[in-house]
Amino acid sequence: METEILARIQFAFTIAFHYIYPPLSIGLGLLMVVFESMYIKTKKLEYHTLAKFWTKIFALTFGIGVVTGIVMEFEFGTNWAVYSRYVGDIFGSALAAEGIFAFALESGFLGILLFGWNRVKPWVHLVSTIGVFLGSMFSAVWIVVANSWQQTPSGYHIVGEGFEARAEITDFWAMVFNPSSVDRLTHVWLGAFLSGAFLVLSVHAYYLVKGKYVTISKTAFKIALVVATVFSLGQLFTGHKSAEGVAVNQPAKLAALEGHFDENGPADMYLFGWVDKENETVSGLKIPGGLSFLLEYDFDAPVKGLNAFKPENRPGQVNAVFQFYHIMVSIGMALIALTLLASFYWWRGTLFDKKWLLWIFVFAAILPQIANQVGWFAAEMGRQPWVVYGLLRTSDAFSQAVTDNQIMFSLVLFLLVYTLLFILFIYLLNKKIKHGPFDTHEDHDRPNTKGIATAVIGK
Amino acid sequence: METLLGIDYPTWWFLVVGGLFSGYAILDGFDFGAGAWHLFLKKEESRRIALNAIGPVWDGNEVWLVIGGGALFAGFPVMYATLFSSMYIPFMLFLVSLIFRAISIEFRSKEPMLWWRKTWDISYSISSILLAFLLGVVMGNVLQGIAIGPKYSYQGSGFFEFLNPYAIMTGFTTLGLFMTHGAIYLLLKTEGRLYAKMATLLKKGMIFFMVAFGITSLYTLLYIPHLSNDFRETPILFIVPLLTFLSIANVPRLASKQKFRSAFLFSTLTIALMMVLVAVELYPNLLLSTVDPLYHIDIYNAASSTLSLQTMLIIVAIGTPLVLGYTFFVYRTFKGKVILDETSY
Repeated sequence: METEILARIQFAFTIAFHYIYPPLSIGLGLLMVVFESMYIKTKKLEYHTLAKFWTKIFALTFGIGVVTGIVMEFEFGTNWAVYSRYVGDIFGSALAAEGIFAFALESGFLGILLFGWNRVKPWVHLVSTIGVFLGSMFSAVWIVVANSWQQTPSGYHIVGEGFEARAEITDFWAMVFNPSSVDRLTHVWLGAFLSGAFLVLSVHAYYLVKGKYVTISKTAFKIALVVATVFSLGQLFTGHKSAEGVAVNQPAKLAALEGHFDENGPADMYLFGWVDKENETVSGLKIPGGLSFLLEYDFDAPVKGLNAFKPENRPGQVNAVFQFYHIMVSIGMALIALTLLASFYWWRGTLFDKKWLLWIFVFAAILPQIANQVGWFAAEMGRQPWVVYGLLRTSDAFSQAVTDNQIMFSLVLFLLVYTLLFILFIYLLNKKIKHGPFDTHEDHDRPNTKGIATAVIGK
Repeated sequence: METLLGIDYPTWWFLVVGGLFSGYAILDGFDFGAGAWHLFLKKEESRRIALNAIGPVWDGNEVWLVIGGGALFAGFPVMYATLFSSMYIPFMLFLVSLIFRAISIEFRSKEPMLWWRKTWDISYSISSILLAFLLGVVMGNVLQGIAIGPKYSYQGSGFFEFLNPYAIMTGFTTLGLFMTHGAIYLLLKTEGRLYAKMATLLKKGMIFFMVAFGITSLYTLLYIPHLSNDFRETPILFIVPLLTFLSIANVPRLASKQKFRSAFLFSTLTIALMMVLVAVELYPNLLLSTVDPLYHIDIYNAASSTLSLQTMLIIVAIGTPLVLGYTFFVYRTFKGKVILDETSY
């Protein structure tokens, strides 16, 4: 038990930390592609400045994303050996495809994206930026495919008995397009676009309220606002599709999301609430029959509740799943309200006079981050007690060979290293923001100003 | 069992995974090696040039680890799961070193303060040394075999069991090999005084490698007989160690003539041949059990289904030319001696 909990804590901690960065990379990648394309099209220098500035911040998020991502790949083997043997045939293929199709594309072009500004033609550079962006999008494809297979397995059969039992592929495309992968992928992509767009909004809103870099910030803010508005609204649809999928494929998870216990009665939808698992009640503000209506367009439609499942097949942390899910939904709604309001003022031509609204945007960058995190927590905790839904239990999946002490050691190590990493990330991000989008000629981030010639000759 | 061109699918995957890890060792080998020398360079300029020599490529090199790991997971999940969970501590240390190395490269140039740069220099160099060493340590354990019992479960105990004498020897051998490889790479990318300095360091690196390699080889022949069985049974295979020795001998020969481009080719070839040597010694096993030969993990009991291996082979066949294509493109873009500009580290 101890080992299982420690392994889960370590995985949750390392994946949650990792997941701060890839969505930012994907989202910033999209905006970099837009800025750079605008530059090639209009030849206006401000787009070039924006593309370069955001590439520097992207480099920061990308670097941390890569190294914390390798940790994830290794952790399946180190901490979840039984799981790895069980799903290797399937999960392994998705992971390998990610490496070869996505990650290689991303990292291959990264060198040119970061260091190639003066070495290749502008359009070659744009192709590299697009390569990196597409690579990060494909990365999400394969990772979400792999995870979705854990939620809704398909295209497989089980061979072997006991410890030899494992899932083998019978149909590769049925595995890739398992029932939840498309809905979840679009939801993840849009979540990533939002985290990138809101960071751009935040930084340029900050410049605007401070009265710095005003012209360029207005341009950037407007572009990011379009992205943020479109995709905030888009999340309504992808989120709804995902929920419909969960209702069909993972009814126990759906029941936990809304704290619905009644075996087969109409299900309510809560705006917020608190689940009392012992008494099987939820106290909060609700729309009676709301969930039934969302799924069946009928307030009285029956929905399978938690009591329809054996206790050992229900998610253990119902209240946590409920809270995480509701935080995500609330943030989603807030983002829609915020972007629509800003778009409205933009249309009225008064957007940049509304200091209070810009201040909200300065801090709103954190919201998509939180939504991404809690959304995943709801999805993964809602899948419990299964690691592969209906097939393999989490309690059977961890490495038997690894001791509590070993995990304790690595967990403490990760806690320390990641804390340091996060402090450095914030420090350097802040520094880059303070420095602003323009290159300064005094070149003060190097001690050596003797120039290129001496550096090369080495005198 | 189904075959392709007369070779069964697990064997194909043995070749694929072996090829990917060889590619990884060759590519990240020179940048770990370059990192290992970092503290030997005293001047700020030298350190910057050395760092920027690997600047645009180190991240792409690391992709080979991700792909290799994924291929091992996909092709031989039993091996992946057993090896990684048995070697828990070395893998965790490897991961943490990988993180420190990456952030050292990224963060070093972000502040001008001397203490800041010195701290990252130390972290960068030590993590590079540790990474090379740990890769060798894991390799040593694989070659020697580990205590695998029933149900693929590791029966070893103790925090530092992975750090046995043979693993330490293979660890140093790998470090020496990468330092040689890395020094030659830096020679290709530098000029002037730094170039001269690297030339002297390369000699030290070669001596270090040869001593470590000699001791390890001797120990292998004397104390780990199972690794030379294949050679006794099929004498023609002796060509592999022979070629390896010739390739190794060529490195100092070419280096003394200052033909570093060719020397780099031969240090690359040496790494490849050493991987072939390992493959010949192991095949068809992947991980030997020191408990009972019954519990050996080989390419057949560890493999995924034939359908999965076939599918993955197609993916590799499509993906590899792409990867090689843009790897080539990146190296071509940044070819020649390092030139520092405002985008450099």
